Amino acid sequence: MRRKGNGFCLTMQTKANIGYNAKLEDEVIVTRLDAMLAWCRKNSLWPMPMGLACCAIELMGTGASRFDIARFGAEVMRFSPRQSDVMIVAGTVTYKMALSVRRIYEQMPEPKWVIAMGACASTGGMYRSYAVLQGVDKILPVDVYVAGCPPRPEALLDALMRLQEKVARQPVLGKKQGAI
Amino acid sequence: MTAQQAAEKLKEKFGQLISEPQLFRDETTVWLNDAGQIAAVCQYAKTELGFDYLQDITSVDNHPNTPRWEVVYQLYSLQHHCAIRIKTAINESISELPTVTGVWRTANWHEREIFDMMGIRFRDHPDLRRIIMWEGYPYHPLRKDFPLAGLPTEQPDVAFAEPAPMEGGPFVTNPGVKTAKEREPRAKGET
Amino acid sequence: MGEIHDINFREPAARLPATHDATADAAAEHIELNMGPSHPSTHGVLRLVLELDGETIVKATPHVGYLHRGDEKIAENMTYTQFIPYTDRLDYLAPLANNVAYALAVEKLLGMDRQLPPRCQYIRMICCELARISSHLLGLGCYAMDCGAMTVFLITFTEREKIYNLCEWLTGARFTTSYTRIGGLSRDLPHGWVDSCRKFLREVVVTIDEVDRLLTRNRIWLDRTRDIGVITKQDAIDYALSGPNLRGSGIEFDLRKAHPYLAYNEIEFDVPVGATGDCYDRYLVRMEEMRQSVRILHQCLDKLPGGPDNASGEPINVSDGKIVLPPKSKVLTQMEELIHHFMLVTQGVNAPPGEIYFSAENPKGELGFYINSRGGGTPHRLKIRAPSFVNLSILPHLLPGHLIGDVVAILGSLDFVMGECDR
Repeated sequence: MRRKGNGFCLTMQTKANIGYNAKLEDEVIVTRLDAMLAWCRKNSLWPMPMGLACCAIELMGTGASRFDIARFGAEVMRFSPRQSDVMIVAGTVTYKMALSVRRIYEQMPEPKWVIAMGACASTGGMYRSYAVLQGVDKILPVDVYVAGCPPRPEALLDALMRLQEKVARQPVLGKKQGAI
Repeated sequence: MTAQQAAEKLKEKFGQLISEPQLFRDETTVWLNDAGQIAAVCQYAKTELGFDYLQDITSVDNHPNTPRWEVVYQLYSLQHHCAIRIKTAINESISELPTVTGVWRTANWHEREIFDMMGIRFRDHPDLRRIIMWEGYPYHPLRKDFPLAGLPTEQPDVAFAEPAPMEGGPFVTNPGVKTAKEREPRAKGET
Repeated sequence: MGEIHDINFREPAARLPATHDATADAAAEHIELNMGPSHPSTHGVLRLVLELDGETIVKATPHVGYLHRGDEKIAENMTYTQFIPYTDRLDYLAPLANNVAYALAVEKLLGMDRQLPPRCQYIRMICCELARISSHLLGLGCYAMDCGAMTVFLITFTEREKIYNLCEWLTGARFTTSYTRIGGLSRDLPHGWVDSCRKFLREVVVTIDEVDRLLTRNRIWLDRTRDIGVITKQDAIDYALSGPNLRGSGIEFDLRKAHPYLAYNEIEFDVPVGATGDCYDRYLVRMEEMRQSVRILHQCLDKLPGGPDNASGEPINVSDGKIVLPPKSKVLTQMEELIHHFMLVTQGVNAPPGEIYFSAENPKGELGFYINSRGGGTPHRLKIRAPSFVNLSILPHLLPGHLIGDVVAILGSLDFVMGECDR
């Protein structure tokens, strides 16, 4: 944020510079529709918790009262892929489970993102064995990787914030976009 | 009754089949020389000696030594609070044992796991199929000649018994294609 | 206009001969419902294929193995100490208990389970009981949440966060602690930890009472759990259930009393036993076990050899350089300790050839380790007898006859965790 005169100049990520001086403009913010929609989108990312192993416990802990994920608008952890935006793959993905994970990812509507939570989801973790997929990015496109075994809830929230920045950068309206 | 006494009673009943009890770290182990008799021995242990609780069945791979596999039955008696271990060995030519599911129903899943991981079959098992790896996995992972990192196999087609009801129908997803318009399920024939 | 084809009607039932098997007709009407592996109430990645007649379950087939990570094969390639982090991730709701059970198993193999210093034993008991409270809190929280009582989940998770604080202070990690080592512990209790633990115990009793008030005489809870999922004594023994599931069916068996390990024979506690073996009894057993764990913890903290700050300098490790890493000051200055350190780190503890089976009373049941050693630092075969794997095998027998809504209650009451089941 840059100070400009008496007011603030908010720099939104989609290059929409707005100058907002309360005395002159009186509670009216001028911005791009794109930035507005991106703001709405990033602050209500509904996760699809693919809670497989120990990271799921930390995911539940992030949803509980101490590390409230509801502050970020993401407490709607219903297990329905049709109504979610971001899939948080929390735990070890085995070859047997991989098909289910892929299938559920395909059932999510666009736009969708993936957070690979923990070492096992990112790279297979400490399980370099015959049954473990060495990283969920072998079957899904991952947007944010979170390190840790398991990552602290604060790390997951940090990942969520980075994802929010990425979401804000993505154009919502545009010529090349498909489904709206 | 202690484990030592139980082992002696087994030896009295089955004679040559049972070895001398071995003691290591306060645990009694007896060897059964004929693996085909394991069900009878277990039945006797349960009904006469009171070993009503089967803690575990394990398999050990001794490759490349013979006999290749040892199957270890860990029995426990809730009345007498004592445990005994019965071991038996089989090799590749007769890689089959009678099941003890008729004695303790918990053996069902233990034996399925041994079949899955080691490839040892159990005669008369009610439902001998893989439990940990997926149906159709061609290898037995815990064998010593199977590498830890695994061998390439086909993608498992598990998690669904049959294809999803609408699969192949008018509303299908087309993953991997570039635009969302083509990826999302739409009625075919619409533009 | 095309031809009008004759429509073939199915033979109506009335015209069928009397000897026709009615169930074959009914079988065609069974619905096959797939629950999981990604499901909010299956406590992990369990897949249940249910055959339903209306809402009643006719047949249930659990499919496990979606979290099989190959622990047992990994163990054959690791030294005993290197395997400790893998034991954390077995029952990941009570990692300290798994660490303790594994360390005790390896120490039994080495023949030094009687030589553990008393302070080490007491600290391990404290870890086990804290893990038990933690696991039951989560088990009950998720059980209640699955049945609709979301508040209980949030309350119990707040208490678990306090346990996480204690664990983090003690071991460095919230859970997945890897705290025990072969022959002892990785570090001693920090200054002030005991007081914090006592404060936590005062608070957790209040929370347990609150959960009790919310659930135990709650009309809805009683309707959902009373006379559901009844496991008879005979079935419980035949299916080798363990832990609260076994005790909920009326069998008084607890490994801490039957084969006391660590210093459990010096501690007074009761073992709650259920009467009928239904879900409600298992819930009550777990609630009472938490209270008993608090009782055990108070006694352990009071009787801790060396006191809270170890003023008398009690050892926490076996003082054998071939088993426990020697202190760094000696490693850097003395040859013998240097060699011990080198051998322990590169080749691991030299275990004698032989086999043992050791089982501990984990919160989920009887966690057993069968270690077959051919000498050397890595086991020839390590089998983990997981209580959740064995407890789940009763599902095909238990579920038929219940309604779909009861499935969630039964799964919650069995309190299994798939990390342990699939290893």
